[in-house]
Amino acid sequence: MSEHNIPYSRRLFMRHGVALASMATTIPQFIQNSALGMVAQLAGNPGGAGLPQDRILVVVQLGGGNDGLNTVIPFGMNEYYNARPTIGIPAPSGTAKGQTGVALMLDQQRGLGLNPSLKGLKSLYDDGKLAVLQGVGYPNPNRSHFTSMDIWQTANTGAKGNGWIGRYFDNTCNGTPIQEGSISIGRTAPLALNGQVQKPISFESAELFRWLGKDLHKSLDDPYQQINRAGILPETTQTSQAAFLMRTALDAQLGSDRIRAAVGKSPLTTWPNSDIANQLRIVSALIRDGMPTRVYYVSQGGYDTHGGQLGSHGRALQQVGDALAAFQKELAAQHAEDRVVTMVFSEFGRRVKQNASGGTDHGTAAPMFVIGSKVKAGVHGDHPSLTDLDQGDLKFKQDFRGVYANILDEWLKAPSAKILGGTFSKSSIIKA
Amino acid sequence: MFEDALKPLPEKAFDYLAAVHLLNRAGFGGTPSQARALADMGLNKAVDQLVKYESQPVEPVKADLFDNSIMSPLTDEQRETVRKARLSNDEEVLAALQRDRNRKQSEDRKQIAELQKWWIKRMIETPRPLEEKMTLFFHGHFATGYRTIEDSFHMYQQNQLFRKFATGNFAQLAHRIIRDPAMIKYLDNDENQKSKPNENLARELMELFTLGEGRGYTEDDIKAGALALTGYTFKDDTFYFNGNNHDTSTKNIMGKSGQFDGDGFLDVILARNECAEFMAGKLFRFFVNDFSGDMSKEQKAFILAMANKLRASKYELKPLLDAVFSSAYFYSAQNRGAIIKSPIQLTVQAVRSLRTPVRELSALASATDLMGQNVFFPPNVKGWDGGRSWINTSTLFIRQNVLVYLLTGRKPDMYEWQASDIPFDATHLVDHLRQPDGSVDMASGIEYLLRFNLAQSPSPLRLQQVMAFAKSRGERLDNDRIIAVLALTTAMPEYQLC
Repeated sequence: MSEHNIPYSRRLFMRHGVALASMATTIPQFIQNSALGMVAQLAGNPGGAGLPQDRILVVVQLGGGNDGLNTVIPFGMNEYYNARPTIGIPAPSGTAKGQTGVALMLDQQRGLGLNPSLKGLKSLYDDGKLAVLQGVGYPNPNRSHFTSMDIWQTANTGAKGNGWIGRYFDNTCNGTPIQEGSISIGRTAPLALNGQVQKPISFESAELFRWLGKDLHKSLDDPYQQINRAGILPETTQTSQAAFLMRTALDAQLGSDRIRAAVGKSPLTTWPNSDIANQLRIVSALIRDGMPTRVYYVSQGGYDTHGGQLGSHGRALQQVGDALAAFQKELAAQHAEDRVVTMVFSEFGRRVKQNASGGTDHGTAAPMFVIGSKVKAGVHGDHPSLTDLDQGDLKFKQDFRGVYANILDEWLKAPSAKILGGTFSKSSIIKA
Repeated sequence: MFEDALKPLPEKAFDYLAAVHLLNRAGFGGTPSQARALADMGLNKAVDQLVKYESQPVEPVKADLFDNSIMSPLTDEQRETVRKARLSNDEEVLAALQRDRNRKQSEDRKQIAELQKWWIKRMIETPRPLEEKMTLFFHGHFATGYRTIEDSFHMYQQNQLFRKFATGNFAQLAHRIIRDPAMIKYLDNDENQKSKPNENLARELMELFTLGEGRGYTEDDIKAGALALTGYTFKDDTFYFNGNNHDTSTKNIMGKSGQFDGDGFLDVILARNECAEFMAGKLFRFFVNDFSGDMSKEQKAFILAMANKLRASKYELKPLLDAVFSSAYFYSAQNRGAIIKSPIQLTVQAVRSLRTPVRELSALASATDLMGQNVFFPPNVKGWDGGRSWINTSTLFIRQNVLVYLLTGRKPDMYEWQASDIPFDATHLVDHLRQPDGSVDMASGIEYLLRFNLAQSPSPLRLQQVMAFAKSRGERLDNDRIIAVLALTTAMPEYQLC
């Protein structure tokens, strides 16, 4: 919270009823901070120092290791077809094999296309809202799903520490967590959102976001609220599991009412029906509600395509491509397009050569997508060589931390070097 | 020097709350009277009863309890039909085959749902809780997911394997798991041939099942291990060694050289010190303390002592579990309420300890899924992370709401669960506190309910909050009031601990 906000918050605090005010009298620092955070939302002024008022980042995680070479198709390279005799996607001018179809044209000159299932993404490209970043990876790539995902989420090649987005909040909010600063849609909150101070809210379905016990008898509500809003009890060690649970219980109460109300509204546009589309629809509803949330996180699995991948990979891509296109339309209808940038990544790409099962094994570098009316659309960087390989894997061209740095510096206006613990070369993807 | 870390709890220190702790950790909790009976037995007998459970009669697990034919592979004749239809592009036949496949898959998905319900029920009812708890441990350890293998019978077979070796010999189980059809399928070892090796099983065997990531092996060891495992595949429901696809060359694995096959590879791994340490660390988190942050010196010493015990017993698990559950350290204050209950633990323990009605098993299965632990569907080969990863603001609501459902049967509106009108008689929880006139003193009753449910002395603030509520609702601690007190107690953040 920036300092000039506090007096205003305090005034509001006084006006906003007994429940909040009484909380502030006897309770520890943490809860007072939370209460202030909540009041700041009520004031409709969530931005703190270093946070552009209403800019939002949406992160889309493709879990399992998305096959980059069958996502952005290097149809201009013969080696691609040599390495993938049965699963290579034909060039836009080529002949379709079976039901898979031919690549959608991205860049004739560079010989690049999109997987035929990515019609949604192609429409964003044609509208000038899609940046394709080629060959994104990191040094000494790790081929374990979990470690590599942790590396991406911590922005640390040792896969250690808090999440990079959590650290972004930690660095911009003066030690005070921003309530609902980050929200992940899904079962578990990703490590990326976990900061030292900032903790994410996460849920899979907004309807389940409350205690149903109070329906038993209204007299249960008060003691329940007292118990769950008490924060960390005095005799509890701050670092214990109990303290962690008490903090989380308080967070849950604070987030509950508002989120349920926002998600209950109908969207402005029509949406496809898939898990990833449903997640992005919830995000769009929360954006429309004016939540103070700066970062949303959604994810889709199914990319660990070790065998018979053509059909399953295409289906996964189609779902995410269509969902991203629908999300952008919804934002346009909300007149919110200029406030939102969406970033799509996976923990690694896959081997250049297909395996004997018509699939691909764990690999390294892969393309990333950044989407929005404020991104510099087009293809960024060069495609990694298909001949100069590292043990059969692509050599990365762009360190993913350079992409994060660019988004932090140029979009979220946050000090990337401090957050990422270093400087990384980057190609500019955000319009000035 | 590590023997000290495992020194036993003095007999007289094994009191009622210690017995509750043991019941929760070595199993899924028990009723107040079961806890009292265990406390009366004394430490040695209590631990024996839980660990040496073979003396407890249990419903046998019949191999043919589930149908093994749903997903059986095509016969040669059927395969020929498919081939011909493809050649002649006979769309009608191909469409019929596709329909048949869809029907089988949908039938099999029903069977996996039945299997989930069956296992949850068994965990609730078994007189051998540690047997089921270790089965659950190994399911999370050698995590194999139905979504990938799409064969419910193979998941059932694997579940039986874990139960058979639940407190048996870990090394033997490891040798069995590389022959397990579900595992072979899940980690693509059926595709692992000398001409086209697939590293998936070899990598996870070292990284996740035995040594821990990066502990003592290199990428080259993985490649050599993958060759050792070539030809380890399955036919129908049984392991099959395909000699034609097996690589017989001499391999170098972690400094050893030989014509290793899968078992030879595993023997090299099991001989490493890292293996016992890795397993000790995982069992520590599962049974003793799922701490967050850096390991303390004491924790480290205890884990090393566990590893020594495991090595000394040549991977026999019973001596280790017996030593852990008998140790003073296991019962020390720092390890009480130090584990965040898994969704299965939360659900099964609630039914077993409060003796609530079971209500709908499918509702319990779907609840554990929403809380992040869908049995037979682990999120990935790493299994469930456990600890704090179970908890976020939304899973916390679901955890509280599942308890409301168990206590009251009340259909939570937004859940697709059936309401249940089976009443819950909770009065047995305070039977031992009844006064001559049959009544229970409210203050002592509430204090007891909190202590029993939290497995610890409750915080004064919590006691005061619940007491104030109860007093506002009248003088008597009758069934309705007990249930209301339980609804509040189970909604306490610290109820999530055991």
